[in-house]
Amino acid sequence: METFIQQILNGLVMGSMYALIALGYTMVYGVLNLINFAHGDVLMIGAMVGLSILHLLESAFPGLPGGVQLAIAIVGAIPATMLVNILIERIAYRRLRNAPRLAPLITAIGVSILLKTFAMMIWGRSPLPFPQLLSSEPIMIGGAVISQTQVLLIVLAVVCMFALAMLVEKTRIGRAMRAVAENPRVAGLMGVDSNRVIVTTFALGAALAAVAGVMWGANYASIQFETGTLPGMKAFCAAVLGGIGNIYGAMIGGIVLGIIESLGAGYIGDLTGGFLGSQYQDIFAFVVLILVLTVRPSGIMGERVADRA
Amino acid sequence: MALLTFDTAHKPRQSWASMAVLLAVMLVFPFVASQFGNSWVRIIDMALLYIMLALGLNIVVGFAGLLDLGYIAFFAVGAYLTGLLASPQFAALLESAVNYSPAMGDALVAMFGESIRTEGIHLSVWFIVPLAALVAALFGALLGAPTLKLRGDYLAIVTLGFGEIIRIFMNNLNDPINFTNGPQGINLIDPIRIFGVSLAGEAGSKATVFIGGFGIPSVNAYYFLFLLLCIVTIFMTSRLQHSRLGRAWVAIREDEIAAKAMGINTRNVKLLAFSMGASFGGVAGAMFAAFQGFVSPESFSLTESIAVLAMVVLGGIGHIPGVVMGGVLLAALPEVLRHVVEPAQQALFGKVVIEAEVLRQLLYGLAMVLIMLNRPAGLWPSPIKEDRPVAATDKDEKEEAVVS
Repeated sequence: METFIQQILNGLVMGSMYALIALGYTMVYGVLNLINFAHGDVLMIGAMVGLSILHLLESAFPGLPGGVQLAIAIVGAIPATMLVNILIERIAYRRLRNAPRLAPLITAIGVSILLKTFAMMIWGRSPLPFPQLLSSEPIMIGGAVISQTQVLLIVLAVVCMFALAMLVEKTRIGRAMRAVAENPRVAGLMGVDSNRVIVTTFALGAALAAVAGVMWGANYASIQFETGTLPGMKAFCAAVLGGIGNIYGAMIGGIVLGIIESLGAGYIGDLTGGFLGSQYQDIFAFVVLILVLTVRPSGIMGERVADRA
Repeated sequence: MALLTFDTAHKPRQSWASMAVLLAVMLVFPFVASQFGNSWVRIIDMALLYIMLALGLNIVVGFAGLLDLGYIAFFAVGAYLTGLLASPQFAALLESAVNYSPAMGDALVAMFGESIRTEGIHLSVWFIVPLAALVAALFGALLGAPTLKLRGDYLAIVTLGFGEIIRIFMNNLNDPINFTNGPQGINLIDPIRIFGVSLAGEAGSKATVFIGGFGIPSVNAYYFLFLLLCIVTIFMTSRLQHSRLGRAWVAIREDEIAAKAMGINTRNVKLLAFSMGASFGGVAGAMFAAFQGFVSPESFSLTESIAVLAMVVLGGIGHIPGVVMGGVLLAALPEVLRHVVEPAQQALFGKVVIEAEVLRQLLYGLAMVLIMLNRPAGLWPSPIKEDRPVAATDKDEKEEAVVS
């Protein structure tokens, strides 16, 4: 039972991370019908910028409390990733908006490679240690352990998702986003500046990726230029699981995928009689993806097309 | 590219002449290059393998228009198959299999004879190559089957995931039964033997291959083998392109619904694209394993899949001479740069500012972004408009694309 609670907690932690990243995919997909392959690398850039800010803080204001440092790192990483993502949209996607689907996909992969390479040039090739900012005193829940960083991660994810939902539902730009997702051409006829909406969408996705990136670093204590690739791919799987294009789907898909993955990793050994072990954790996301796509391609929340954002 | 043309239908004389010139250059090349050191020939050997891969991927991406981001998995399948069936690895597998389930171990020994307990299996290249093609084709169909109904972008992600899954298995299938030897990879893979002549040279011959009293360096021998395979691949893919099947692929690429309405069995034709593309990758993988003598999961990362895709994109999606050129450029250029740029930086700045590996990545990334933005049909597009993917031609169909 204790392991079960522990796996659920781990799943929630991973899941909120995936949900944050998946939102970036799903929003872009909603307005452009495009997979932003570079999204995972935007997350990595966020983590790297956050780390650099932490190093700056360390030398400029030694002795700041860890929580404040973390907050500054997150707030500082957000504009950086926004800038990167907006640039990506401008350079690599905008001119191909009406091209056949293969073209923007290929540039997206190219951009992903370029981001990784630039990160390798700036921050080096080897994994960088991420400082321990919050107290490492664990919190016990029913015999299971969760760290303070992980609690903060879940809280932040919930806050971000709530804020995003409010933005999409209640504000003018949110309405414009929904309109463009519904039908870009008609939205344009109704006076929506679709370019502005698209740029906003990329910026919002990037902001969430920055939060996820810095928290990823804080949770795993080590980041590298390749950090973003795998979570990026898995988060895409989460977005598909939830129903791509639907922001609530991305949130649910992220959490569900996180829990599936962690339960799967915990019990795969027993299920296969010891033949496969927890080192196969990473395949679950893709297996889920393939299953969802064959059984129910629209995902968990897929039918609510009108809510796409 | 006006000087070299491979358009046999319209300019037969000129294209045969260009082929003859190219072949002559290719035949003489290793003897010239080996004057500067065998490492140069080695680079070209690898480039030839990459060309085979790029041509195989071109079937999937170029002809059928299915974006496959996990193509290197088939290369890995071929390489690991060779590793398992032409090295002492099978003995290790057997040992762990006996521990795991004695009955299975005994059955294997009964099947292959007592000697595999100590020596493993050492199949000849004549078995390995068809087997690699077959198994890779099987994996191709396996990947293709669940993805048939998917649109392009989903397909990309699923294939990406497939590549990752294969890599995870390669990394971890060493326990409880040791198939792949985990992250260390498989060592001591047999070199290729053709009619009793080992292409790695016999022991004590300093990697020189003697054919009838005439000795050439081992890398040159492999060069000719790979060159031959490349020519065979080029021949096969170009015949495929102009076959009924090839035209069906193009039809699906341009408009799947219309293709279906024309009576094309899109499911089977797409599966064939996957498995035929994969089989070329499998053969290239088998060659790679025998050439290197060892395989490890590192050689089959996502970056490699993307590298092969970049070759196809850079050269010209769907145009065989273009793809070959893309393969040469992107496989050989980084290696050449490694030999030139790093010493140059050493001399200029006293240290290496941009490593060759970084430069290689930059090249791949830039190739894909810049080509797609500015020349979507590639550096060397097909001279016939109909042979190019829609990406290159539809200036006036843009309006329709917006609506859909």
